Amino acid sequence: MTDLPNSLRSGPDERGHFGQFGGRYVAETLMPLILDLERHYRAAQADPAFKAEFDYLLKHYVGRPSPLWFAERLTEHLGGAKIYLKREDLNHTGAHKINNCIGQILLAKRMGKTKIIAETGAGQHGVATATVAALFGLPCTIFMGAVDVARQQPNVFRMKLLGAEVVAVESGAKTLKDAMNEALRHWVANVHDTFYIIGTVAGPHPYPELVRDFQSVIGDEAREQILEAEGRLPDMLIAPVGGGSNAIGLFHPFLDDADVEIVGVEAAGEGLDKKHAASLAGGRPGILHGNKTYLLQDEDGQITEAHSISAGLDYPGIGPEHSWLHEIGRVRYEPVTDDEALASFQKLTKLEGIIPALESAHAIAAAERIAPTLGKDKIIIVNCSGRGDKDIFTVADALGVEL
Amino acid sequence: MTRFAASFAKPHPALVAFITAGDGDTAANLDALVAGGADVIELGMPFTDPMADGPAIQAANLRSLAKGTTTADIFAIASAFRQRHPETPLVLMGYANPMTIRGSDWFAAECAKAGVDGVICVDIPSEEDAELGPSLRAAGVDLIRLATPTTDPARLPAVLDGAGGFLYYVSVAGITGQQQAAQASIDEAVARLKAATDLPVAVGFGVRTPEQAAPIAKVADGVVVGSAFIDIIAQHGDAAAPYVETFTRSLADAIHGAKEIAA
Ligand SMILES: Cc1ncc(COP(=O)(O)O)c(C=O)c1O
Repeated sequence: MTDLPNSLRSGPDERGHFGQFGGRYVAETLMPLILDLERHYRAAQADPAFKAEFDYLLKHYVGRPSPLWFAERLTEHLGGAKIYLKREDLNHTGAHKINNCIGQILLAKRMGKTKIIAETGAGQHGVATATVAALFGLPCTIFMGAVDVARQQPNVFRMKLLGAEVVAVESGAKTLKDAMNEALRHWVANVHDTFYIIGTVAGPHPYPELVRDFQSVIGDEAREQILEAEGRLPDMLIAPVGGGSNAIGLFHPFLDDADVEIVGVEAAGEGLDKKHAASLAGGRPGILHGNKTYLLQDEDGQITEAHSISAGLDYPGIGPEHSWLHEIGRVRYEPVTDDEALASFQKLTKLEGIIPALESAHAIAAAERIAPTLGKDKIIIVNCSGRGDKDIFTVADALGVEL
Repeated sequence: MTRFAASFAKPHPALVAFITAGDGDTAANLDALVAGGADVIELGMPFTDPMADGPAIQAANLRSLAKGTTTADIFAIASAFRQRHPETPLVLMGYANPMTIRGSDWFAAECAKAGVDGVICVDIPSEEDAELGPSLRAAGVDLIRLATPTTDPARLPAVLDGAGGFLYYVSVAGITGQQQAAQASIDEAVARLKAATDLPVAVGFGVRTPEQAAPIAKVADGVVVGSAFIDIIAQHGDAAAPYVETFTRSLADAIHGAKEIAA
């Protein structure tokens, strides 16, 4: 990557800021460790052996490159732009999450850390972390809100099978943000031997940067694949945004291509006037979990609960780089409701034989809305960030089906 | 002389007491702390996501928020305290988001207006000082910095730069209300910190009893006790004040008697 001074891809600055967002808002106890992580990451970036091992694992363990699938029946059905799906659902463990986990566990190894911790909401990042911990033979503790433990039993069992300890977090609202609080509390007390694998492009610098870099394989591949298939860049990218890791992974390699329109999809839950998880549409800038970014909060700065049918989008914040891309207008963020996502979940399944994750179904729903407004000569790439097997219970429940 | 300077100029080490605003009868508990002999008071600003706190203070935060405590309520508590107690230094302790949400200038001005002497913000390290430090210093409110067992000598000057009031040594790498640090490590750390700064050094995290506080007071300028007060308030609710006062006195006796400081 060439760091042109006017490139949108050169962030963050040396203090971890994307415009006014990002930074390192952590307790003093963690600060030296964050600085240490940054030093090791810089060294890893400069080390061809690190990249070689990362690439090897992505190819032979994760199964990359993931295909770029021309969704012909969906395209015909919508009658507008051509829709391609980036098939992150075909990765080992069923989502993009594993890309980042591979990168971070290699960093952990480099730093000589012997224990792994992570937070998880739906359990996807927890499963991916437990998977790489098993692969590298490191003990692993996953923090998960007690409410999520109850509603994501299959993933809890997967993590346990993989050898991880799953801690049900009983504090606060007992969901993802509380799991992250608890992971940070554990980390503060165990900084000497523990590596925290954060699951999205959030947290203190350098996490948003390094998670983005590990996920950028999505966009790098998509760029090559679309050039091969169509001989040109796409007109639009669409991805779902929870913390924003799959989205930034797809977007980042295209940020400097001004002709590529970019759309991030936030979870609008029951609607923006009701319970939702759309931090950009319904939140304001604030400080939480180590970074400054858009947050759902009240006028006193108390964090409010998010809601989405998709547990992976059910978080009151968003990665700081997305807040910046939103403010400078490079990426447009659109809300999609639970009901719209549910409808798209079923539609993609029937038309393409692909059961998407509910997170990914949010992006499909946005594509359904946008594609018919564009000409047939236009091309859209949608990130199918994960597969929906994990969601069949939630979907059955929402549809009133008893399993 | 500032209230901090006067408090730390007393001929004995200081008891620094922490309670959470809006948890129990806060005004009565604050009076009890003063009556029992607390030298400096830290008033916790409740936050939905107290990442650096253990179960006791987390629960206090949630109890307070469940009762509807607002930032305006906290400044009202602080102002009223200042009316009743013109001399006891009062510190607001909490997290960045509630402190900065209306802008740091607003927060600093409210602190000054309410007679708050200092602010401890858990999740603004010196690297992010611009977020709050300049506004507080301009308003004449001390920014109290934290040093921890992981604060290496290379970092310490940055931590001390812009710090005021006193230096808070967090004696364990961990969260509030958990295990206590080994006395030897506290002795060593306090000596190192005192060699690097003229600010008084107060030591906290994991200190729950007079017996634990006394040896720390032998080396430090102050001892911070928090979760043990929170436990009393959790147990006795709105009627906790007499218990708070009795416990404060037991701590103050141990700390004040630990060593004599020449004036
Ligand atoms: C399949 C899938 N997509 C998207 C997300 C949202 O995370 P992010 O925004 O970091 O990609 C998750 C999170 O669990 C997920 O499992």
